[in-house]
Amino acid sequence: MILKGKAWTFGDDISTDHIAPGRYFHLRSNLPELAKHVLEDADPEFAGKMTPGDFVVGGNNFGLGSSREHAPRIIRVAGVSAVLAKSFARIFFRNAINVGLPVLICDTDRISAGDRLRVDLSRGTIENQATGETIRFEPLPDVMVTILNDGGLAEHIRKHGDFRL
Amino acid sequence: MGMTLAEKIISSRFGEEVHAGQFVVCKVDVCLAQDGTAPLAVRELQGLGLERAQDPARTVFFLDHAAPSPRRELSNDHMFIREFGRKTGSVVSEVGEGVCHQRIAEDYAAPGDIVIGADSHTCTAGALGSFATGMGSTDVAIGIALGRTWLRVPETYHIVVKGAFQPGVEAKDVILHLIGMIGADGATYKALEFSGEAVVAMDMSDRLTLANMAVEAGAKAGIIASDEKTRAYLEAQGRGHQYKPVVPDPDAVYERVIEIDASSLVPTVSFPHTVDNTRTIDQAKGIKIHQVVLGTCTNGRHLDLQRAAAILKGRRINPSVRLLVVPASRKIMLDALRDGTIETLVEAGASIGTPGCGPCVGVHMGALGDGETCLATQNRNFKGRMGNPNGEIYLASPQVAAATALAGEIADPREVLQ
Repeated sequence: MILKGKAWTFGDDISTDHIAPGRYFHLRSNLPELAKHVLEDADPEFAGKMTPGDFVVGGNNFGLGSSREHAPRIIRVAGVSAVLAKSFARIFFRNAINVGLPVLICDTDRISAGDRLRVDLSRGTIENQATGETIRFEPLPDVMVTILNDGGLAEHIRKHGDFRL
Repeated sequence: MGMTLAEKIISSRFGEEVHAGQFVVCKVDVCLAQDGTAPLAVRELQGLGLERAQDPARTVFFLDHAAPSPRRELSNDHMFIREFGRKTGSVVSEVGEGVCHQRIAEDYAAPGDIVIGADSHTCTAGALGSFATGMGSTDVAIGIALGRTWLRVPETYHIVVKGAFQPGVEAKDVILHLIGMIGADGATYKALEFSGEAVVAMDMSDRLTLANMAVEAGAKAGIIASDEKTRAYLEAQGRGHQYKPVVPDPDAVYERVIEIDASSLVPTVSFPHTVDNTRTIDQAKGIKIHQVVLGTCTNGRHLDLQRAAAILKGRRINPSVRLLVVPASRKIMLDALRDGTIETLVEAGASIGTPGCGPCVGVHMGALGDGETCLATQNRNFKGRMGNPNGEIYLASPQVAAATALAGEIADPREVLQ
């Protein structure tokens, strides 16, 4: 699967509070509304500026903090095609796979704000069209590939009636 | 091959010996979600046609983050959760009963259990010798319906806390010190296993504080072997029969061993906006604080309130500060009412909130104004955490919180205790 879009860069330690702030707690049962505030505390204008298909590019420990699955969900609802980071916090990473949001571990120092990227999920490559460089991302564990290929954990269970990992 | 606590507990639930790095699908004992994460979990189950709980008596929904509800959307979420609880026979812990992790320690988790929760601080229950870990709503939903989850057995960092604390220093200072040392991602995917003289000497209250913050170093779980203190705690909750010894093998293999000398620690403060941005009290003293929060799943227990009350007794807080106290559970509030702790705190100028999460999550009550500073006993100080990205949050122990409330600026409790 090929994903194409523009890079929006964020620094290290982007927390789930940056992504889905607690003051919008009352919107958690209304994901399209909550998605209008996605990443608001990291970049207040992000939701208005980005175009569906674009990439969120972080540094180290992306998604640290709370277990709120709303965080990867609203990134997806906003139309972001994948999150790229040097490393991810554990719960965010697992949640992203569960909701079908690709999360790619790679050297994001080689990506700048506004770069156009072409990601080949099956080959494990990110082509930075601004620099001409090809960046590799780490393969997911098999268990997660199975879940992601089924379209997330709920779809995995719907398909098999149980865990088939 | 010797096993760590994490390996022992997961092996026991999986039914055969497993070690770090292996993937398993295994039985879970307790599932929890709270008012911020349960609605999504319930909708997932409805979407799958799996509106059931495998073990309803140990499936618990907590109304604690927005309790009492500040607005109708959240009141409607509460109604939705109550209805699912009624349909499936699962437990709903009502408004005012307390914050989920404290309630799980009081009434549900036991040594050797696997606890999964749609809240990152689910790791708190590791203090009882459980393997307890936070997950998202979908993972917990599936755990509720099937009674099982998938896990990768984590590698373990062994955290050995030797010696004894100086007066004015406590478990919160150990865990802040550790996170400052290894970083907010210093233990990502790992289990932390706490031991050593200082941990053995700790009451369950302080052990819960240690385990609570394991996730702030990125860890999957924070676990403490069960012992006589665990037995005594369970007995005090009327659950003595659930005690069993859960200890690591002497030849367990740890990925890393970190030794901390408790006697060398001083009160420690996390500066905005990350938990690992720690300084010693000398570097923090004198910073002007507008709001002090004493409470939460990290430090809202009876012992925490008592320690603060010992500093505040017979004194008044600085008029430039408001002091918000939120007991972690109704049970704790009752204990603190009965022994006069609440009276001492209120006489000193504190206002008391409904047992629950309080201002920590920024959902309601205690939101900061633009440019305001808060010193809180909670576990997180991320930007925007307490309802305003233009506020600044410092994290510290209940004793630092009390000394700070008296001074109106960050203060060293050891100077007040002298």
